[in-house]
Amino acid sequence: MGEKLLMKGNEVIAEAAIRAGCRHYFGYPITPQTEIAHYFAKKMPEVGGTFIQAESEIAAINMVYGAAGAGARVMTSSSSPGISLKQEGISYASGAELPAVIVNIVRCGPGLGGILPAQCDYFQAVKGGGHGDYKMVVLAPCSVQELYELTVEAFNIADKYRILAMIMGDGILGQMMETVEFRDKEEIYEADKSSWATVGTRMERDHNVITSIYIDPEVLERHNQKLQAKYRLIEENEVRCEVYNCEDADVIVAAFGTVARIVKNVIKMAAKEGIKVGLIRPITLWPFPVKVFEKYAEVPKAFLSVELNAGQMVEDVRLSVNGKRPVYFHGRMGGMIPTQQEILDKIKEILK
Amino acid sequence: MSQQEIIIAGFGGQGILSAGRLLAYAGMLEGKNVSWLPSYGPEMRGGTANCHVIISDDPVGSPILNSATALIVMNGPSLDKFENLVVKDGLIIADSSLVQRKPNRNDVKYSGIPATQIASDMGNSTYACIILLGKLLGSTGIVSKENFENALKKVLPEKYHHMIPDEMKALEIGMKY
Repeated sequence: MGEKLLMKGNEVIAEAAIRAGCRHYFGYPITPQTEIAHYFAKKMPEVGGTFIQAESEIAAINMVYGAAGAGARVMTSSSSPGISLKQEGISYASGAELPAVIVNIVRCGPGLGGILPAQCDYFQAVKGGGHGDYKMVVLAPCSVQELYELTVEAFNIADKYRILAMIMGDGILGQMMETVEFRDKEEIYEADKSSWATVGTRMERDHNVITSIYIDPEVLERHNQKLQAKYRLIEENEVRCEVYNCEDADVIVAAFGTVARIVKNVIKMAAKEGIKVGLIRPITLWPFPVKVFEKYAEVPKAFLSVELNAGQMVEDVRLSVNGKRPVYFHGRMGGMIPTQQEILDKIKEILK
Repeated sequence: MSQQEIIIAGFGGQGILSAGRLLAYAGMLEGKNVSWLPSYGPEMRGGTANCHVIISDDPVGSPILNSATALIVMNGPSLDKFENLVVKDGLIIADSSLVQRKPNRNDVKYSGIPATQIASDMGNSTYACIILLGKLLGSTGIVSKENFENALKKVLPEKYHHMIPDEMKALEIGMKY
């Protein structure tokens, strides 16, 4: 590991992408993630890369489609309303099996909403915000160091499976500064893209075609079956999850991203009062750590999902716990952040 | 002390966010775990700016502060807003050139320093927040003077390094005030 640096989350995402070999970024500014574009605008020319501030989010995602189709490592980033605009392109790129990384530094909605932190795009990210039976790998970091590591990871996963990978954070992660240590050299998954990408035929083979249109229903069903088989493989291989303090826990809290950090403080507070609280922190929101919840399903008296939304991940927690224990929910919306005390109060109420 | 939680608040343009960043950087150079979180909400536009800094022996949990061991304020509204978040026996440092009143609390330590006046007399009013940080360093030993100087070298672009001796002078004024 190299020197310890104090950097802003958004800047670290961009730096990580460059270190992962991304040389193409297309985006459109929106708070609270604009520093990502700033950083690329400054750094891409220095590394021989391309930075384009597109005319819109829709243009940017279609530029991503083009660059990914040509075999390049490529990224776009935005915040919630901008990610909504990109959904058509996300569905098309998923249908065409294009690898790329999309960052969503989530803000509160619906509509223009506000610019403060939220996790209200969980459904959109993991259940498919665009049309069709597709999945994206969704990674949810909880620290600046993890923003770095998971961004590199996202590019590798995207290339390995020919899939879109999303980094989902919020304004706190994007805006905060924290210590980060970069590795001297990244481990980069070197994918041979020549069999499908439009990298030039040299007049030696037929054209590779990047498309998501399959008019023949039998062919389209086979294409969908192939996609689904790939998704099952990813569910098997790519689940990432942190399990903290869960053995003998009275209550296990499910939380991701920023909220998980707050919960870790709650765990300390609760311990002082003799209450044992555990944390399951999904790092991949899709594939969801179903087996981890299954493993701990009968350990606590109850589960509590804490989220910055009206109750989204809690549905996946309930499906995974599968009725073995009650699953409660506590959420804040509109950019409000739950305090440690209010989460602890909720835990006590559950245990009453 | 295992964890120090500092809120620095004032008007946009006073160097509030930079001061917090310097403090966090110095904390990191001390080998501590640190976080720096700016306010980035709509209140920044022409209004108050603030940042939350945590310097801790343990990994930092939530970077959002619900309480503070020390508060540095550079305008009246910031004192109004954050005074009650300071823990009992915590520290409030105010730029008394700009903050007209004293804290209402009597269970906290208070230092009023006419930092903007002193900095203007030095010829650069942006040193005001450094003077206030000096008071924080002097009162709490949160980071060493050496690491603060090292942080200045890391954070400031090279073209401003000629200012570092004056910044350190400002820091010492605060430390001794």
